[in-house]
Amino acid sequence: MYLLQMKNISKNYGENRVLNNVSLSIEEGEIHGLVGENGAGKSTLMNILFGMPVIHSTGGYEGEMLVNNEPYKPASPEDAMLAGIGMVHQEFMLIPGFTITENIKLNRERTTPSFLSKIFGKRLEKLDMESMSKDAKAALKKLDMDIDEYLPVAGLPVGHMQFIEIAREIDKSKMKLLILDEPTAVLTESEASKFLEVIRKLAELGISVLFISHRLDEIKEVTDRITILRDGEVVKTVETKDIGINEIARLMVGRQIDFSQKEKNSRHISDEYILEIKNLRVNMPGEEVKGIDLNVRRGEILGIGGLAGQGKLGIANGIMGLYESSGKIVKDGKELPLNNPREILKSSIAFLSEDRRGVGLLLDDTIEFNIAFSSLEIHEEFLRKIGPFKLIDRKGIREHANKMVKDLDIRCTSPRQRVRSLSGGNQQKVCIARALTLEPDLLLVSEPTRGIDIGAKKLVLDTLVKLNREYGVTIVITSSELGELRQVADRIAIIYDGKVAGILPPDASDEHFGLLMAGKDIEKVVD
Amino acid sequence: MKDFINRFGFPRLIIIIFLILLMAVAIYLDIPLSGLITDILVRFGMNAILVLAMVPGIQAGIGLNFNIPLGIICGLIGALISVEFKLQGFVGLFASILIAIPLAIITGFFYGKMLNRVKGQEMTVGNYVGYSVVSFMCIFWLLAPFRSPELIWAYGGSGLRVTVSLESSIRHVLNNFLAFNIGNITVPTGLILFFALFALIIWLYSRSHKGLSMIVAGSNEKFALSNGIDVDKERIKGTVISTVLAAIGIIVYSQAFGFLQLYNAPLYSAMPAAAAILIGGASIKRASIAHVIIGTLLFQSLLVIALPVINVIAEGSMSEVIRIIVSNGIILYALTREGGKAA
Repeated sequence: MYLLQMKNISKNYGENRVLNNVSLSIEEGEIHGLVGENGAGKSTLMNILFGMPVIHSTGGYEGEMLVNNEPYKPASPEDAMLAGIGMVHQEFMLIPGFTITENIKLNRERTTPSFLSKIFGKRLEKLDMESMSKDAKAALKKLDMDIDEYLPVAGLPVGHMQFIEIAREIDKSKMKLLILDEPTAVLTESEASKFLEVIRKLAELGISVLFISHRLDEIKEVTDRITILRDGEVVKTVETKDIGINEIARLMVGRQIDFSQKEKNSRHISDEYILEIKNLRVNMPGEEVKGIDLNVRRGEILGIGGLAGQGKLGIANGIMGLYESSGKIVKDGKELPLNNPREILKSSIAFLSEDRRGVGLLLDDTIEFNIAFSSLEIHEEFLRKIGPFKLIDRKGIREHANKMVKDLDIRCTSPRQRVRSLSGGNQQKVCIARALTLEPDLLLVSEPTRGIDIGAKKLVLDTLVKLNREYGVTIVITSSELGELRQVADRIAIIYDGKVAGILPPDASDEHFGLLMAGKDIEKVVD
Repeated sequence: MKDFINRFGFPRLIIIIFLILLMAVAIYLDIPLSGLITDILVRFGMNAILVLAMVPGIQAGIGLNFNIPLGIICGLIGALISVEFKLQGFVGLFASILIAIPLAIITGFFYGKMLNRVKGQEMTVGNYVGYSVVSFMCIFWLLAPFRSPELIWAYGGSGLRVTVSLESSIRHVLNNFLAFNIGNITVPTGLILFFALFALIIWLYSRSHKGLSMIVAGSNEKFALSNGIDVDKERIKGTVISTVLAAIGIIVYSQAFGFLQLYNAPLYSAMPAAAAILIGGASIKRASIAHVIIGTLLFQSLLVIALPVINVIAEGSMSEVIRIIVSNGIILYALTREGGKAA
């Protein structure tokens, strides 16, 4: 009998269809794996299942859901909890200063009446710590955790915190389905293996588990069945024993890719390195780089791919010196200082940040000022000497901005328009214009098409290719969208766990890309 | 119409309408308008530099500098020293300023350093630092080794007076410089020229390479960082300039007022200055010279005209109450605006 059935679920965010006729069913006591690239629709599906407010504020969803063969329409996470669905999030939702017991029983405390509560109602009843800690202990026991339930959560190892989150969920008496969103991402190897045991044990207790993970070997090891999502659609639901890791990887990544730019195969790229990165470590929260060696050849477009959180974004940010980094960067045979954005910019390296609105733009300033500022700051251009003063040259800036607006086809009412009011694609073009004004010979681009609609995506990518072909700018493009990298890049480096997992040509097989992204050693697995 | 109101700013519109109303009542009550206009010009000139001191702070990203009492104390020390040495007229004025500036640079530098450790709470911290410094200086005023009988308590002993008369030193040196009359209206040319000089300097600075770096650091820290700007340094620069302007501002204010006010007086200077620039249309993220001029004019006109009008209509001294309601109300209004958008 199915515990949960999701039938033909579809969801639009504005014009974007992020889920298309997704069906998923989970049996009682089953461990069901859910895999897919970033942006495949996993989180949206879970948000729908959990009744998150973001779904309703963006127009709801299509399709129906059944829990125990009864219709289930969650309007809020509370409904999900009542239906016996619990979720352990990627980020811990624990209150550090509270004890383990308090965290487990949060908002479901056991209470005894006191004289205040007799006057003011149930909310003022006294906490019954003794029976609360008994509950907590029982929940922890189910997870084989032997820990003092009076300890505060702050300072516990992350592995323990993860277990406490789960203990909180299974303490709910009606708990039937537990959703785990990348639960092992923060765990060490031994913690992770213990964690998998616990999941099996939960399944034996009759609790179904929906297990979302990028670690394909864990999925393979622990689940009964697997559903693979790609671009908002179910590619396949399959018994785990009938499928290998290679096949999962291939299905996850596989995508029709337009290799229209065949000419790139015949493109000659010299073997001369414009940039050599040696043992680069970057302390960027959430995107830590743990020692990368990578060489960029002059004139190429190098793609950097990988799943979110593996450190691919840290590379460009580290080179630019925006996050603390160590190692060695050599450009044109000259070693560059680390943690010094000004020197990097002076060495003809420009950067388009993944956080366009936060880092990339002055939202409340004009287009022309945004375009000109970097060059004004670094190269002291657009300045006019008047007597002893060097003042900003509004006219020069206007002329330059007009030229850029025309060259890059930035859609605006005038170069004096504020950047905030532009669309995402046009904002990105302003960023590109700003970088171009610096006349770089190496351009680092991070997530250039994030938050941009499909039409504008192509324009932005075309612009980058044009820069590379016509002006000879070497480009390092970091993106979560593998398809996009395979369209424009000459080589693609896949980052896993803060290191380069491998470098592939854009026409390498889906399977190879999938395996590298899941952290598998490609030579060992292939053939 | 709606567009016009949006661009001009709703609070400014209300204040202007209120002003015109007050003006009409003043004429009706036979209060001499020429006196009022003279007053407005003088009060504009004496307060404008203190308001101008808000600009570099906002531009550098520390928000409204509620700690201008710090600069004011430096200015007061400068003025006190020049009185102690019996300097008079322009010599006294420039000596005061020259003594005050290095003091303001030093204190501004250390205050800026401190602000870099409390990013995001500059305005709250500034307020309390202001209180502490002013209280600490109350001890200093009592113990400071000044000897001039003009400065210390009349009954001998030691310690500085609460208010020190500048009658014999720098009183009205700027007000009277090149002053001329149009009918019954006296224009304090020197005072206004002096403000214009500093406004020009700040205007030039904010269009220069260095000034632009500071403004960018203030408007988007991450953007500035990715463009190779040392954000902390720029913030210190802004704080120092603001403190120096406050020091100069209080000297100009005192020479027009005719007295140096010591002890707790510096505390009451930050709120009106902050209110004035906000009335002028600045936000806690963005400020310009135009905001200073418009804001100071509106704010001071309001006080000058409201005072006699309300004193005639309602018995007793209402002007102080009005002043406090207007200045604090405007600050509150500006701070509740989403993301510090222009009031």
